[in-house]
Amino acid sequence: MAKTTYYVPIGPIHPALKEPIRVEAEVEGEKIVKVDVKRGFAHRGIEYMGMKRNAIQTLYLSERICGICSISHPYAFVIGSEKALGIEAPPRAQYIRTIIAELERIHSHILWLGVIAHEIGFDSLLFWTWKGREKVLDILEAITGNRINYSMYMIGGVRRDLKESHIRVLKDMITYYWEFTEHMKEVFLSDPVYKARTRGVAQVSKDVALKLNLVGPTARAAGLRMDIRQDIPYDAYADIDVKAVVPQDIVGEARGDAYDVTMVRIYEIEQSLDIIEYCIDNLPEGKILAIPNYIALLNKIKKTEGEGIGAHEAPRGEVVHYFRYDGTRDGPAVWKVIAPSYNNINSWGYCLLGAEVADIPVVVAYIDPCMCCNDRVAVVKDSTGKILDYSILHRKAVEKTRALEKELGVMK
Amino acid sequence: MTPETIFYAVGMPIIGVFLGLVYKGIDRRVSARMTSRIGPPIRQPFWDVGKLLLKETIVPANAVKWIFNAMPILALASSMTLLLYIPFGIIKAPLEGYGDLVVILYLLTLQALAMAIGGFASGSPFSSVGAQREMVLMMSYEMPFAIVITGFALIYKSFSLSTIASTPVWTIVGPLGGIGIFLLLIAFLLVTPAELAKLPFDIAEAETEIAEGMLAEYSGRNLALFYLSDAVRGFAMMAIEVVLFIPFTLSYLFGLNLSGATLYIVEALWFLFKVLVFYVSAVTLVRTSFARFRIEQASRLFWVYVNIIGLLGLLLIWLEVM
Repeated sequence: MAKTTYYVPIGPIHPALKEPIRVEAEVEGEKIVKVDVKRGFAHRGIEYMGMKRNAIQTLYLSERICGICSISHPYAFVIGSEKALGIEAPPRAQYIRTIIAELERIHSHILWLGVIAHEIGFDSLLFWTWKGREKVLDILEAITGNRINYSMYMIGGVRRDLKESHIRVLKDMITYYWEFTEHMKEVFLSDPVYKARTRGVAQVSKDVALKLNLVGPTARAAGLRMDIRQDIPYDAYADIDVKAVVPQDIVGEARGDAYDVTMVRIYEIEQSLDIIEYCIDNLPEGKILAIPNYIALLNKIKKTEGEGIGAHEAPRGEVVHYFRYDGTRDGPAVWKVIAPSYNNINSWGYCLLGAEVADIPVVVAYIDPCMCCNDRVAVVKDSTGKILDYSILHRKAVEKTRALEKELGVMK
Repeated sequence: MTPETIFYAVGMPIIGVFLGLVYKGIDRRVSARMTSRIGPPIRQPFWDVGKLLLKETIVPANAVKWIFNAMPILALASSMTLLLYIPFGIIKAPLEGYGDLVVILYLLTLQALAMAIGGFASGSPFSSVGAQREMVLMMSYEMPFAIVITGFALIYKSFSLSTIASTPVWTIVGPLGGIGIFLLLIAFLLVTPAELAKLPFDIAEAETEIAEGMLAEYSGRNLALFYLSDAVRGFAMMAIEVVLFIPFTLSYLFGLNLSGATLYIVEALWFLFKVLVFYVSAVTLVRTSFARFRIEQASRLFWVYVNIIGLLGLLLIWLEVM
């Protein structure tokens, strides 16, 4: 009897996916024998928009690149801008920035833990983790005024100051989350069903992780000691000796599967709590903006010619922003964003080959994918397979207009 | 055609659907409370069915049309027939003497089979994968279920449910057989979520993996029929468990002397309460505290562990009877 393979299309719209991406799999019974990942369904042209605006507008635009790690893009943006402009944020502002970034890491990791629980069908855990996440969101709202898009950072500092009452609430939160992470370790790491569903799924060895260019917790779970906060320290991280969280230090060996990623993320929450505690204990006094007047800031940008690279360790991995100011406009002449999911999605094809259909959601979710961070340029091919660039598309548009004019009889 | 027959033919399905949907609503409510949510009102399943009945029924272009449309009816019919074999408290089963536990096993299988065939007939890859999983799962859980039924047949020398319901099983077995029956109860409770396609064994309808599996292409009236058959099957399965394992009447437990209509009403309410206790403990609690297994893990669980538990119980009962 001949073996039959099914063609299982997943996406661009699928219950397991919150954002559009397409995975085309050939399935033989329960085993995947061929897989193809297509992306490019959420291309919004944000970089192009940013080059049409001034730098402060672009800063708020960069916050909208991603919904969950919404502070990472502005963070990389302000670091890169400050390098290009040659200004430095006051120490207090640097510490406040670090606190916000770490608070966001906590909420992003807890969100991911809920998502992975949902993907393996453990909905109770999803509700429970997201209930615990509300506390950090409330704190973020108390400090910045918003739950998700904080609008907190500014080139050369932050826009809001931390008050004494905030610090008191932060201390309460830290004790709450120490208990919460203890509980989470119990629920996730020692639960037999969770272990059975994630052990050995999406396994990436150290060499493969290097070849696939993985970043963030995904790479750290494979045993690579890479963390922007450790390698290229910035802001308050320079004062703290941040060490990359790797499974070798926790359990002695790194397998690089979904279970290890879970472990890395839970322990990173604890690391974030330590960093926040250090920051609020050693918060320097002083002002929070290097150039309080925004008009003066824009004028400075207008006169500046230079380039800068800002890198920040987002919850998902490294975010890199490249800038060039050419001294003619008050906005960036070139703005290039590199988001972590772009690297991490490379692992899908590798992990899905030979996996089971039941593992697809786990493989898709374990990198915490963010499609909006992902799409850079859409290459459009016409039916002959020829790549259409700007000049051809323009010529086609002109031809169409001419044909329409001829049809309507308005040709000159 | 006696009036009784007409009542059973018309009344039992209505009662069964009503009770099944009420239990589904209670299940959802309790599950929500357990996960610190408010949850839907108890009458939400009724609204769901009403909405589905109003919706357009779409048949996919590459489906086998008549099988696709016939299977929901078959599923509902088999679960309705199931109700007629179950003694309702102290009321005797309508079809008593025409069938027994073996028929019940067959009807439960038929319903799962109808879903699987409907999935195959719908021609979607998701449904095909789901139906394959359902077949594998059926092969896994039917054996422990059969073991449980065999154990009861050993004790009573009969497959009839009414015989089993008339004398509680705990009163006629010794200590060895008591342990055996308890092991069978554990095996049966483990089979229940798989039989009802609930977590952790809703592998065939995994929403995040294969987009609801067998039901991926179903919509409108057909989906409503499947929903109803699922609700009725849930109630029937729990009723079977109550009849097998805790058939104690209220009068027997508390030594009450009731007669006439009061007796029937009180006993019916007591029976429904027992069903609710089983429903919450075997479905809701398990559903909210487990993740979904992979298909090979579930198969191993049933073929190895549950079978060992069941066979051990059977062995003890056999020793007792010998």
